[in-house]
Amino acid sequence: MSDAHGHGDKPFLAHHFEDEDHQFDAGKLGIWAFLVTEVLFFSGLFCAYAIYRSMHPDVFQFAANALDTKWGAINTAVLILSSLTAAWAVRNAQLGQKGLLCLNLFVTILCAFGFMGIKYQEYSHKFHYGIYPGKDNFAPMEGAFGDYKAEKVAFVVPGDDSTQDGEAAASGGAGEEAHAGDDHAAGDEGHEVLVKWDDPNIDPILKDKLKIFFGIYYCMTGLHGIHVLLGILVFMWLLSRAMRGHFTPTYYGPIDYAALYWHLVDLIWIYLFPLLYLIN
Amino acid sequence: MTTTTASAEAPGAHDDHGSHHVLPLWLLLGTWAALMALTLLTVGSSQFDLGAFDLPIAMGIATVKAMLVLMIFMHLGFDKGFHSLLIFGSLLFVFLFVSFVLIDRGQYQPSITAMDQQKLMQGN
Repeated sequence: MSDAHGHGDKPFLAHHFEDEDHQFDAGKLGIWAFLVTEVLFFSGLFCAYAIYRSMHPDVFQFAANALDTKWGAINTAVLILSSLTAAWAVRNAQLGQKGLLCLNLFVTILCAFGFMGIKYQEYSHKFHYGIYPGKDNFAPMEGAFGDYKAEKVAFVVPGDDSTQDGEAAASGGAGEEAHAGDDHAAGDEGHEVLVKWDDPNIDPILKDKLKIFFGIYYCMTGLHGIHVLLGILVFMWLLSRAMRGHFTPTYYGPIDYAALYWHLVDLIWIYLFPLLYLIN
Repeated sequence: MTTTTASAEAPGAHDDHGSHHVLPLWLLLGTWAALMALTLLTVGSSQFDLGAFDLPIAMGIATVKAMLVLMIFMHLGFDKGFHSLLIFGSLLFVFLFVSFVLIDRGQYQPSITAMDQQKLMQGN
């Protein structure tokens, strides 16, 4: 924006807006429209979560043991604190408190880095135990699920007669042995099949479904993490502008819009935390 | 409101359409404290086995937190109604999306499973 296109003493008022309120309202409408697309964007993953959790509640219950509630809760607290500082920064900008504005933006950036640092720790912990993103890189080791031992864990998955036939046809002697321990009478109304997590003869279609929890975990937290990284860049840009004194009580739109984006990222985590970490 | 009055007046002193509502500090800190308390509550409640109520309680607490963030941190409670319409409209469509897919899955999953098993038996 060059001075020729500005409004004289208001260097950040674009020439196609009547006044600063006009510009502010247009920007605000724009950011809300963007947030709507973000909600719909994430909804695809929440939908996948709902489908697979309703199909395999026992898999979710078990796999969530690989996630540490403590770190999830700490990350929630970190994000809520950064949301507070972001909302506070808007107040500072509205009141023209330059020093506090810079401080709050700085704390927000710091919290975002803290969040990503904890996320890094959590991801490395899972990689260490052989749980990687991608369906072909999945080999959980002992200890991956806390107190549970991978070779001792078995899932009861609903099946019908054809499922059991398929199981028997697909699995060799070892598989049949595993199924021999099935304590469900063959004559039950809905047959249930006992499947071990690391059974080498496991039905490949079923195995894909068992792995899906971590696929969903990595996609949801990964996409959320990308949003946090983008937020860091945006807040760094805002901090540099705030230090140069660009923001005034009549021109603080960028702070407000970035804070709204940041709150939405927080909002998504508010739902991700109980859905992924608090399954018992 | 013209540009001149906007720059001359103290910020937040005029509140015709809510665009420049300044949140009091106690409200910001109070919201933060409430969010933290609710986080502790949801972690605490997850330690008990509440059976079928586990998920609804966790989602209920998350929704209360989400409303606090939306209404106060995101200024929706003091903002133009149109912004609320936008965001709650999007949530309505998310609800429709997820429900319809779940209904669809309930209808067709049994036949998909049967087809999978048939393929498996044919050696694919």
